[in-house]
Amino acid sequence: MTVGIDVSSLFGEMVMCSATSDIVLKKMCYLYVGNYAKVNPDLALLTINFLQRDCKDEDPMIRGLALRSLCSLRVANLVEYLVGPLGSGLKDNNNYVRTVAVMGVLKLYHISASTCVDADFPAMLKHSMLNDSDAQVVANCLSALQEIWSSEASSSEEASREREALLSKPVVYYFLNRIKEFSEWAQCLVLELVGKYVPSETSEIFDIMNLLEDRLQHANGAVVLATIKVFLQLTLSMTDVHQQVYERIKAPLLTLVSSGSPEQSYAVLSHLHLLVMRAPFIFSSDYKHFYCQYNEPSYVKKLKLEMLTAVANESNTYEIVTELCEYAANVDIPIARESIRAVGKIALQQYDVNAIVDRLLQFLEMEKDYVTAEALVLVKDLLRKYPQWSQDCIAVVGNISSKNIQEPKAKAALIWMLGEYSQDMHDAPYILESLIENWEDEHSAEVRLHLLTAVMKCFFKRPPETQKALGAALAAGLADFHQDVHDRALFYYRLLQYNVSVAQRVVDPPKQAVSVFADTQSSEIKDRIFDEFNSLSVVYQKPSYMFTDKEHRGPFEFSDELGHLSIGAESTGTVVPAQRVEANDKDLLLSVSEKEESGGPSNNASAYSAPSYDGSSVSAAASSQMLSELAISSVTGHASQSSLAIDDLLGLGLPVAPAPAPSPPLLKLNSKAVLDPGTFQQKWRQLPISLSQEYSVSPRGVAALTAPQALLRHMQGHSIHCIASGGQSPNYKFFFFAQKAEESSTFLVECIINTSSAKAQIKIKADDQSASEAFSTLFQSALSEFGLP
Amino acid sequence: MISQFFVLSQRGDNIVFRDYRGEVQKGSAEIFFRKVKFWKEDGDGDAPPIFNVDGVNYFHVKVAGLLFVATTRVNVSPSLVLELLQRIARVIKDYLGVLNEDSLRKNFVLVYELLDEVIDFGYVETTSTEVLKSYVFNEPIVVDVARLPSLGPAGIFMQGTKRMPGTAVTKSVVANEPGGRKREEIFVDIIEKISVTFSSSGYILTSEIDGTIQMKSYLTGNPEIRLALNDDLSIGRGGRSIYDYGSSYGSGAVILDDCNFHESVHLDSFEDDRTLTLVPPDGEFPVMNYRMTQEFKPPFRINTLIEEAGPLKAEVILKVRAEFSSSITANTILVQMPLPTYTTRVSFELEPGAVGNTTDFKEANKRLEWGLKKIVGGSEHTLRAKLTFSQESHGNIVKESGPVSMTFTIPMYNASRLQVKYLQIAKKAKNDNLYRWVRYVTQANSYVARL
Repeated sequence: MTVGIDVSSLFGEMVMCSATSDIVLKKMCYLYVGNYAKVNPDLALLTINFLQRDCKDEDPMIRGLALRSLCSLRVANLVEYLVGPLGSGLKDNNNYVRTVAVMGVLKLYHISASTCVDADFPAMLKHSMLNDSDAQVVANCLSALQEIWSSEASSSEEASREREALLSKPVVYYFLNRIKEFSEWAQCLVLELVGKYVPSETSEIFDIMNLLEDRLQHANGAVVLATIKVFLQLTLSMTDVHQQVYERIKAPLLTLVSSGSPEQSYAVLSHLHLLVMRAPFIFSSDYKHFYCQYNEPSYVKKLKLEMLTAVANESNTYEIVTELCEYAANVDIPIARESIRAVGKIALQQYDVNAIVDRLLQFLEMEKDYVTAEALVLVKDLLRKYPQWSQDCIAVVGNISSKNIQEPKAKAALIWMLGEYSQDMHDAPYILESLIENWEDEHSAEVRLHLLTAVMKCFFKRPPETQKALGAALAAGLADFHQDVHDRALFYYRLLQYNVSVAQRVVDPPKQAVSVFADTQSSEIKDRIFDEFNSLSVVYQKPSYMFTDKEHRGPFEFSDELGHLSIGAESTGTVVPAQRVEANDKDLLLSVSEKEESGGPSNNASAYSAPSYDGSSVSAAASSQMLSELAISSVTGHASQSSLAIDDLLGLGLPVAPAPAPSPPLLKLNSKAVLDPGTFQQKWRQLPISLSQEYSVSPRGVAALTAPQALLRHMQGHSIHCIASGGQSPNYKFFFFAQKAEESSTFLVECIINTSSAKAQIKIKADDQSASEAFSTLFQSALSEFGLP
Repeated sequence: MISQFFVLSQRGDNIVFRDYRGEVQKGSAEIFFRKVKFWKEDGDGDAPPIFNVDGVNYFHVKVAGLLFVATTRVNVSPSLVLELLQRIARVIKDYLGVLNEDSLRKNFVLVYELLDEVIDFGYVETTSTEVLKSYVFNEPIVVDVARLPSLGPAGIFMQGTKRMPGTAVTKSVVANEPGGRKREEIFVDIIEKISVTFSSSGYILTSEIDGTIQMKSYLTGNPEIRLALNDDLSIGRGGRSIYDYGSSYGSGAVILDDCNFHESVHLDSFEDDRTLTLVPPDGEFPVMNYRMTQEFKPPFRINTLIEEAGPLKAEVILKVRAEFSSSITANTILVQMPLPTYTTRVSFELEPGAVGNTTDFKEANKRLEWGLKKIVGGSEHTLRAKLTFSQESHGNIVKESGPVSMTFTIPMYNASRLQVKYLQIAKKAKNDNLYRWVRYVTQANSYVARL
């Protein structure tokens, strides 16, 4: 600001100067003071006097400015001077002063939370929020209260109740009815709030949507996206309406993408990308909008290529592939590569691939090294899905000289094909032999691994021609400095020594065509990103817990808490029922994000899935481990099907009947209660806390609680089901639910166990509040049995 | 909710820096700039407008060669922050008249004053120039536009962005004219960006018009304005596919796929007579954005002919024909064509008597560039380029060069035929000499002919 020169030594003079009546000069003094007060807390005291005086000035502008400067000093020992001016500022008859005062309260809260709460400012803000005539004052109150109550909620019962009250019907309707009075930015704030509201009736949903319909025509993209979020969230449970919403929001989104700066269109395009990935069929006739323009930045092109891949279907594939082939000759090499990959992905998801295979083979003849490299990898994947194409492909692949292929991935793909189809490729043993001769020059361990496997396969098919090469390869492999290469060579060697036919069964068994390649992003993650629509999660394609610190999650991020906890549960070694894998199968879209490749050497060590080093194509059959990972992670997913999984998952091999409780409870619980996380969250938000207690846990129980999973199984035996758990010693946190046996009345429990103090704090929320006492007894008795032999 | 806002020059200098919440470390501007710079050097193209480094989210937009940046640790709405940055740039431009490094440095006190009113503790208060006028007291120091180099280094920065140069109005909304009296005027600009892709045989593969009606008002007393558009304008294409050409072509009606409006616009009579009613706030703002995929006549036809002349030589003939009325002149035309990577030398041959043509072969990215100052409607221009190769082309020249792309600006021309029929200012007592400017301009967004 001052060209890097420290002018803090003039503090005293500046304070004198601020006594001026010239408002421009005064503002500059405030600017100076605000800048240097924090580094000179002692001198800051000097300013208090004149700022306080200015807070009582006749001119509302000066009152407001002085109040803002006063609150912006950020000096902790001056907070006592803030309370008075803030109190009168909130009651000022000028709206500018009031808006400043509301933000001032929030600033005070951040300097000293206790001072702010003790002065009863939150209650005053709440009053202003519901009564002030000025929309900006109301909006500021909402922002401030959201922040204050969210951070108070963890320690104060009242604050968390107040936070939930913001989402109550009267408050939400109050905001909705005034929405047009608010500035566009405040509208975003209100819409964000409405997006979290859970209407109780269907008619409410339509009322809200009708009211907000015209917001979709707003020129401000932030307003439109916030409105879309409301629409999507409201209609989640109504499939057909939800689909109509997609149709309705298509045009506004496309308009936003093409108007405004490239940065803004990128933000909107990321959201469009998310929607296209969720429901490609709705956008399949709009594919031309996803064509890349030559002057677009590559981050935009990448998104568009993924969208084009997703929307390809029987009717538009030809045109999309033709367009993609144009990009393959693009000057922008990364995009050219992406385009070729996109063609391959489309080929893998289509039934009629004739034309596409021809195109891919043409790529191989283009004589650009990166095009050839990408195409080889694709042809390899394609052959694994459509072995019937082998004749055509091999003819072309056979003409490629391995000397021209430099990239490890491509080389590995070529070698895999040589091994796999050595019976049809005349030169295969000799090409492999020449590659083995150059073993020393081969820097990529991946290629050497593939070479070992390929020469083995070749050996089984054409032993006399390959024997020499195999010997050389095994010798070179055994001498290799790379651990995996060495181990694989040794393994093959011993296998061959033991029994050649067994070796063949292991290394080169008859294969089934891969029906579908696994997706690296689980549907649970995708659902969470969708829940966080209109946030950075969509741009980064990651749920927020992956990139934000806990304390910065922002208001109302309850869902984060749940999701985060459930991650802890993922690592359980629990067996997964087989039907889950099938149910999950249809979610395994082919959109693979390169970053999150999960294929590691462990998957590739098995010769069976040899060419899958790129991880994007781990053979479904070979990687049951990966599928089971997927299935586990989707346990915590959103859809109702996953709630079944929770039941299945935790119910395995456990007694389902309620265990006899020591004191016969009046309450009978449904042992097969089902509740999906979404409903749980809704209910948790809506219901008041009916009971809050602290129990002590027996030392045996503490000892048994080495991991949260132990307790989960135990409680399951008492028909109390866990929906999320997490934490580490000594603090564990659980969310349980239970259902009455006869009726569908549910109990929700938050339980925090501290093993060092052997205490359990529980909060119970219940549909039927009268029964919560009985439930608490039941819960306590169940908990007290934990750890008993 | 944002934590910091700052403006950096292209060299990474901090011109303006405001920390609203103190949650992000002070060195964030440097971290940001280094990241953006190396993104490019690592060959991944431009840095995306949003990225995360160590839990801090950085947002940036490029305006007039400057980087407007916001940081936050919270998971905010990306559109909101980017829109806000763009809006801050616009408010500053409204105040300063011209937005560039020089004007920003000269007016930094005013800019800080604005920033404090726009954002308080990270929350947006207002971005309306109108509202801000009552809170902001510093007078702008007006920078003389004429003294500035027309493009300068900022020009390079602007390339490849879709940003419009906006209106030619470079007058501050608050500064008074030297004469002391403000001129009562209002500017309405219909700006259209057109995207066309021609196939190798000359067919139109895709075409789209993205238009904006921009308004900048210098009227005192905020009178109400009525803006009438074509009577036959219709919006939305019902159940029909957006690319269903033919049915509407030639019928004369203007059919927009979709549009959106500024919040000051009242659409009460829009359904009946296609009239927009609004009380324009001060400063520049888009009244309406629209998008159209209805077929239109492209202003230029591009013809490319590649002839091999021996194993190491080829000739490229580029023809550009202007297919609009001769009363209209396009300007600042640039035709570009990537050539095979093994091209070593290019010699050019223009038509006899050609004026205002520039030709260049960019060695670094092997690109042919042909610039024309002006093209009058109805005329045709040809360029012959003789290429010399360092290796044999094997007849692959067509595959390894192109597509031909073109940028241009055509004033007083609009491809969509959307028109402002009249601009009515509700008369108040003594605003006798009002100036109303309605201007049209069409620019190429992505104008590509494949080989």
